[in-house]
Amino acid sequence: MNYSVLKNNQRVPVNSIPVLKYEDFMESIVSGLMTDKNNHCVNYFGYHHQDKIKLICCIADDLNHDIYVLSSLVEQSAVLPSFSSQNLSFEKFEREIHENFGIGYIDHPWLKPVRYPFNAADKSKTISNYPFYRIESEELHEVGVGPIHAGVIEPGHFRFICNGEQILHLEIQLGYQHRGVEQLFLEKKNLLQKATLAENIAGDTVIGHTSTFSKLWESLCSYKATPELEFARTLALENERIAIHTGDLSAICTDVAYQLGNSVLGRLRTPVINYFQIWGGNRLAKGLIRPGKINFPYTKELAKEWLDMIAAYEPDFKEMIRQMFNLPSLLARLEKTGVVTTDVAESIGLVGMAARASGVNRDIRLSHPDNLYEQLNHKPIIKHHGDVLSRSQIRREEIFQSIEYIKQLLTDIPENLKYTTELNTPEPDSFVISLTEGWRGEICHCAITDNKGELVIYKIKDPSFHNWLALALSVRNNEISDFPICNKSFNLSYCGHDL
Amino acid sequence: MYHQGKQFIPDVTTAEVPGIFRGRPIISNAKVNEEALINICPFNAIKANPVSIDLGKCTFCGECALAFPEKIKFTKDYKLSTNERSGLIVVEGQDKPIDVNPELVRKEIHKLFGGSLKLRQVSAAGDNSCEWEMNAAGNVQFDMGRFGVEFVASPRHADGIVITGPISENMAEPLQICYDATPDPKIIILAGTDAISGGIFNDSPALNRSFLDKYKIDLYIAGNPVHPLSIINGMLHLIRKR
Repeated sequence: MNYSVLKNNQRVPVNSIPVLKYEDFMESIVSGLMTDKNNHCVNYFGYHHQDKIKLICCIADDLNHDIYVLSSLVEQSAVLPSFSSQNLSFEKFEREIHENFGIGYIDHPWLKPVRYPFNAADKSKTISNYPFYRIESEELHEVGVGPIHAGVIEPGHFRFICNGEQILHLEIQLGYQHRGVEQLFLEKKNLLQKATLAENIAGDTVIGHTSTFSKLWESLCSYKATPELEFARTLALENERIAIHTGDLSAICTDVAYQLGNSVLGRLRTPVINYFQIWGGNRLAKGLIRPGKINFPYTKELAKEWLDMIAAYEPDFKEMIRQMFNLPSLLARLEKTGVVTTDVAESIGLVGMAARASGVNRDIRLSHPDNLYEQLNHKPIIKHHGDVLSRSQIRREEIFQSIEYIKQLLTDIPENLKYTTELNTPEPDSFVISLTEGWRGEICHCAITDNKGELVIYKIKDPSFHNWLALALSVRNNEISDFPICNKSFNLSYCGHDL
Repeated sequence: MYHQGKQFIPDVTTAEVPGIFRGRPIISNAKVNEEALINICPFNAIKANPVSIDLGKCTFCGECALAFPEKIKFTKDYKLSTNERSGLIVVEGQDKPIDVNPELVRKEIHKLFGGSLKLRQVSAAGDNSCEWEMNAAGNVQFDMGRFGVEFVASPRHADGIVITGPISENMAEPLQICYDATPDPKIIILAGTDAISGGIFNDSPALNRSFLDKYKIDLYIAGNPVHPLSIINGMLHLIRKR
């Protein structure tokens, strides 16, 4: 077999991963693994290895709960045939490899910069002269938005090519948020520093990224998380989902000028995020999830607080959501707006809630379950139209589902045993891949250690990495005035992408 | 839908936040192993002689208070704003509120912005947590708009800028352009640990914080992220000082 078969969070010796000739590597992936519809690429990256670049590709098999990992060693000056010319879902991964290491591709559609990292191979490229796609025509005009947006959100530049009010093409240029997170993971030796980095990857997905990091780190250190830790992480992941989805529904109402929905759903989000403050002292749950321990053990009192909170939330949420989804003037704005078809979703490797709204059954909670998801017997909610309405309905239904999951979890709260564990140092020469379904979609962290157990590479993939392209494609042929709701219906992370 | 009632917090200066919020810490005079205490904080926020915590560097993780409960206690005091960088340093044996120093507030601030302050928010590599809380400050519960404080879409309409995030190299130029486009007189507010000190990113080669060397900062709001009540109280402290 020319690939390793791993489970989520399984640690393997790095030299057990087959190293193939690039031609064989490419054939195994593009003509082999990726031809199966149940497989998709969760991470593909490079790192410096003995004067060369080692490429590591991780393909998740959603049916058999396996992750296939294979690698190839190439020269830094190599010019290679691209995966992207045959499979579009590798488009951004290869752009990233080109940007970081200077590896060339002969038939990649366009090797544009991804995020202008401080350690880019070609430092002559700067963010202010990004090569936008252009159409020379007297009938068309361009609209540039950002990097600083009208609202209080993160920076990124959107360049529209419009025919009157209609969008022909949108290009999204990112990189403004680049902080060098992956490099800092190698440099910051203290575990609290690493955990803090993880919670700062995307401040709206603190639980998603900290639980992914914690699981990965525990696996590196040969530590099996206790039921109490897994319980806390599962509960927190679902509560984060309820909170953000509620806020997103509120924001979708804002963008179609539906003030009532905005206000009511906005205020309903508050008790859900305040619950994190009641539990761990921080509304966005910073400080709550840590490798090998929890500083704020879960108690029966906390369970009662949650049940009281949700008993007040549910009737008001149901009432508001009934109004919202029965309002013709609002539905008219959401239906058939910003469509991503199933074909497009599959071709670009869309993940998470946005993929499920386009009919793609892709959910790590089902396909590669960790923590307590196996016992929850998760059934993903799937919609088929791929429009803003589908992405709104998914949120509505996932909120109810998450509430049910937490209620189920609360029937069996694990005993509060010993919570602080002194973790060993990471095992040397190891590889671990960790996947978590955050509220936005699949989060993937990969790590490799050297012969002393120090990190050689820490690779992060936020679900936004793939999904930004879906936003750009979804707005084609829509009115430019519908861009805000399209954008909000995906609610992607800038910092999670730029790292 | 009438049963929604009145959702706003009647008095944002005295409201109590739920749970175990980690706000302004109090450091007792208890004798502890100071070296161990300093080492527990990898963000260099804790210093000895006398023991102090710099809330501009603190990530509010609470590890120090868990390890040394007799020495450090985080209170629920969310008033964490001042116009002096040194005002964010909490010293042992002192339990005093953090506030704006009226002597150092520019005279025109109260006169021009006392009843209406419009701000342009610039996220400069912020992780979207402080940005999130700024939006929350405007929701129907915190309702910052009732004090005339609002975020606006254009720097041309703004009386100042609020910076979140550690300021990446890639955002350095847009930040400068935005500041230059804001009409005089204007103020600068730094919100959150990352903006104030760079936080966990402070020595990252991907940052460019030179903007901060050029201008006087009018308000520092501490927090990771900043709590909506910290934001509102901070703004009110600044514009209401005569």
